[in-house]
Amino acid sequence: MPRNQRPAAKPQNVFGTMKRIFSYMYGFKVQLVLVVTGIVLSSCAGIAGNYLLKPLIDVIEDNLKTGSRDMSKFIGILSVMACIYIVGALSSFMYQRMMMKVSTTTLMRIRCDLFNKMETLPIRYFDKHTHGELMSLYTNDTDAIREMLSNSVAQFISSAITIVGVFVFMLMLSWILTIIVIVMLFLIIRVIGAIGSRSGKGFIAQQKALGKVNGYIEEMIDGQKVVKVFCHEDEANAEFDKLNEELCSAATRANTFANILMPVMNNLSYLHYAVTAIVGGILTVKGIGGMTVGSVVSYLQFTRTFSQPITQVSQQLNSVLTALAGAERIFRVIDEEPEADEGYVTLVNADIAPDGTITEADHRTGRWAWKHPHKADGTITYAEVRGNVQFDDVYFGYEPEKTVLNGISLVAQPGQKIAFVGSTGAGKTTITNLINRFYDVPDGKIRYDGININKIKKDDLRRSQSIVLQDTHLFTGTVMDNIRYGKLDATDEEVYAAAKLANAHTFITHLENGYDTMLTADGANLSQGQRQLLAIARAAVADPPVLILDEATSSIDTRTEALIEKGMDQLMEGRTVFVIAHRLSTVRNSHAIMVLEHGKIIERGSHRELIAQRGKYYQLYTGMFELS
Amino acid sequence: MFKTLLSHVGKYKKQAILSPLAIVGEVLMEVLIPLVMSHIIDDGIRKGDVGYVAKMGALMVAMALCSLFFGAIAGRLSAVAAMGFAKNLRSALFRRVQDFSFANVDKFSTASLTTRLTTDVTNIQNAFMMLIRGAFRSPIMLICATTAAIKFNLRLSTVFLCAIPALALSLAFIISHAHPRFEKMLKQYDVMNARVQENLIGIRVVKAFAREDYEKKRFDESADSVRRAQVFAEKLVILSMPIMQLVMYASIVAILWFGGKMTMNGEIFTGELNAFISYVSQILMALMMLSILFIMLVISRASIQRVYEVLAEEPTICPPENGLTDTADGSVSFRGVSFSYFNDMNNLALDHIDLDIRSGETVGIIGGTGSSKTSLVQLIPRLYDATEGEVIVGGHNVKDYTLDALRDDVAMVLQKNVLFSGTIRDNLRWGNANASDEEIEEACRAACAHDFIMGFPDGYGTELGQGGVNVSGGQKQRLCIARALLKKPKIIILDDSTSAVDTATDSSIRKAFREKLADTTTIIIAQRISSVQDADRIIVMDDGRITDVGTHDELLATSSIYREVYESQQKGADE
Repeated sequence: MPRNQRPAAKPQNVFGTMKRIFSYMYGFKVQLVLVVTGIVLSSCAGIAGNYLLKPLIDVIEDNLKTGSRDMSKFIGILSVMACIYIVGALSSFMYQRMMMKVSTTTLMRIRCDLFNKMETLPIRYFDKHTHGELMSLYTNDTDAIREMLSNSVAQFISSAITIVGVFVFMLMLSWILTIIVIVMLFLIIRVIGAIGSRSGKGFIAQQKALGKVNGYIEEMIDGQKVVKVFCHEDEANAEFDKLNEELCSAATRANTFANILMPVMNNLSYLHYAVTAIVGGILTVKGIGGMTVGSVVSYLQFTRTFSQPITQVSQQLNSVLTALAGAERIFRVIDEEPEADEGYVTLVNADIAPDGTITEADHRTGRWAWKHPHKADGTITYAEVRGNVQFDDVYFGYEPEKTVLNGISLVAQPGQKIAFVGSTGAGKTTITNLINRFYDVPDGKIRYDGININKIKKDDLRRSQSIVLQDTHLFTGTVMDNIRYGKLDATDEEVYAAAKLANAHTFITHLENGYDTMLTADGANLSQGQRQLLAIARAAVADPPVLILDEATSSIDTRTEALIEKGMDQLMEGRTVFVIAHRLSTVRNSHAIMVLEHGKIIERGSHRELIAQRGKYYQLYTGMFELS
Repeated sequence: MFKTLLSHVGKYKKQAILSPLAIVGEVLMEVLIPLVMSHIIDDGIRKGDVGYVAKMGALMVAMALCSLFFGAIAGRLSAVAAMGFAKNLRSALFRRVQDFSFANVDKFSTASLTTRLTTDVTNIQNAFMMLIRGAFRSPIMLICATTAAIKFNLRLSTVFLCAIPALALSLAFIISHAHPRFEKMLKQYDVMNARVQENLIGIRVVKAFAREDYEKKRFDESADSVRRAQVFAEKLVILSMPIMQLVMYASIVAILWFGGKMTMNGEIFTGELNAFISYVSQILMALMMLSILFIMLVISRASIQRVYEVLAEEPTICPPENGLTDTADGSVSFRGVSFSYFNDMNNLALDHIDLDIRSGETVGIIGGTGSSKTSLVQLIPRLYDATEGEVIVGGHNVKDYTLDALRDDVAMVLQKNVLFSGTIRDNLRWGNANASDEEIEEACRAACAHDFIMGFPDGYGTELGQGGVNVSGGQKQRLCIARALLKKPKIIILDDSTSAVDTATDSSIRKAFREKLADTTTIIIAQRISSVQDADRIIVMDDGRITDVGTHDELLATSSIYREVYESQQKGADE
């Protein structure tokens, strides 16, 4: 079973985690009570039915000995037995049905909680954790919890009841024979411990080997085209065989122990049976302890049911621990600090009177204002959203010891186009990441329309800006849905207009289903250039005062870029635009070009000024053409 | 489908066959033991014969040991067989993927191939182990226990003969109805996971558009669909346990009723009655196991299907039997070449291309997005086969060479390139496993990579993470160029390989190429005019056709497309 395939990772806090999982079962109090009752009833029914064997057989033996045909007692006991069994089966059906409802809902709640939390985590968190790591929370870890809730919990309870119940009845039947049980129990625990720890270690080794093999597969399949170009197939096969062989031997070892556990336990119970039969036989013959044939028979039946739940518990234990460890991983994410947002300045629709007074509107007016409540005197002021961005000596590093930006100061007036030029790692993207607060800097260093950017609510800040990234990410859905992502309530006409602006309309109408074409897997059915055009359309439909283009046209050839230039110019009209581009032809007509190196602005000015300066920009630019 | 997969059991066939045999032994013992138990009760305890009890007890222990022996052997053998099978399967898949042409890989997508080789194989491995352990155990148990019970007492066995079909029918009903529901559930599950994945990859877009709440809502809906599908599917499956209990309990009561009366009449003994009850649970448990096995198989069927698809996929490019092992020179010719990614002459990526490139020539290719520049050069190292016409390298059709020979002499730096985990030196040695340090350094100098490599504390010994994560885009491209240079190829193709390299470095790389690789045919695809303008010839492509060929100056005079591209990059340069 797959549950054996996961590492036997140890949860840190078993009871705390357990409690927390149960806390997700709010609103199911009645069901939970019924579930527990059902489990108790059904396992008691099994034991009681077994216990009734003794009086039944005693009656049979009596009748046999005395030759009487008094069936009333026999029928009586059998009817009680039948009733008990019916109750058992019904309650087992009931608790499973209830438990399913509880567990699926619990799981959904945990999943939603996890996802909701994930959406609020800062970008920094995603820098530090791989997609695979987070993805496995949704797959492996929730699966483990599901297994635990739908199987292990009920089995655990019923096994525990069965073990205790059977033990009590055995004790009632004969204390002497129960001594054998205790010895057996000791033996069983030792055996489970010995085999279990070996197979546990084996599974950890297997998991490690599996990780290596899967990692290698992932890497080689990712680079398969490079492997082909370099005729590296044989080397790849040889390395793979080595890893695969290691995995096979580790897995064989682990599974051998796991497979042996069952027959060992089974046959231990036969040994137990034989010993009990011999001792029980002696006791009956000698008449010690009031043993009858009936009690020996029913005792022997008990020994058969005794080892089963123990084996089950030992098998479940591993999956419960795995599930709890998974739950802890999930809860750790849920407990992460969300993206801090103490901003209180919000973005509102505004009516702006000719004299400049701003009033808040409850509908889209096409004009926006910052609503700024002042805590000190309780007044509210409004400022028009214009797109003025100001950096004042900003220092920043993704890690404290490594600064990426070293004292950046700049002013972007509304409607200006500011370009950043520089080699990879110079800090261009970092600057834009600060403007939309993907990362935070100390108070007052960055101002937006004169407001300290940290005071602006993040969502509202971001809604006032549109960003087009080099890696365009599209979502499953139609082309229409994807463009509309920029403005959820955009009309079809607005979407068409945005697509036309981005020069995407033509290729979209050529797609099989036009705007209703489904995009799958991050838009795999489109070329990189087409995806960038869609991303530009998506930004266009949002109609924000500030636009950030981070290598937005890098995959569009210069000729197409020239074609969409008119559209882009129109898009940038009246907005503050930040452009990052490798291609200097893209940035030429900017109001100001900042040349970055090692997180510092080393040159700034218009294209003409920078060319005249004969500095780094000039070198880059002429290096491109080598005209002289 | 199953047959193809099972053929990969290979040398573990012995274990795969012996393991069920050992299980037969184990099952036989398990069926015989209740028989011995009944004798212990009837002939021993009831008669007060302690000696007999001891004797039979010893027999029982011996049988238990026997059963343990078989059980342990079966456990070991099945583990060896299942893990060995998985190993062979994984290896067969890996090799098959290595044989795949680009067209094959495009068909599957890399993400889906990875899943097929990892998760799917693990699923199949587990199903296989269950199969060889359970698929024989349960039916054998069923047959043996039923036979034993019938031999024991035919009249009492009628109870089984009623119970088994009743349980089997209801289980079959449940499974057949649950199957489509499970498929639906798994589909919903995939949709939900895809949503998470998308959000992980595009988290910056989500945040930049402040769409967190929108995404949360969509996820909640998705999670709720999963829950509903799950309830719908499991609703049926959970019926099986109570039904099984009901049937088992009914059988026990019936056996006690009829058996009890028979015992009182002295027809059978108490011990026999007891043995019968043991058989009830054995038989019905076996049936239950069989149904669980069936569900497992149904669930793993999707995995089997997906793995099979990979195995059944024929590589679209097959090298000739006794191919040429050396190219004469670096000349390349296209003779009436048409190419379609879908083998569809109505949907051509390249449309009747005729082109001759001399050995040692430097050729630039310029063209818009989707003009099929990459498609053209990919035919030279035979990454794809031309749909129509001939591609000729060194005087022979590319199909006449062994793939190793062809690709050793034609180095191609891919647009979407990949570095592997390992040191920089390891990665460079992909080009030439025996390259000396001097050769490596020389190649890196030509690709302008030496200086930045030496800037790392560990130099050429610097570890690159998976996919080369700790070098920048431009550095990665230069390493990839150096890696290709180490092959000392006769033809080198750079497919937009310097797009992330700054212009000054780009020009010094080209200078190094001109000086050091004068004899090597060089084909450069570029977006920037500056990258190709000093080439011997420049090819202008548009919509799968070659529209113009000439030098920079000629094209400026004759080609309107070239002029447009040039001007779009040129504007403002002379200001």
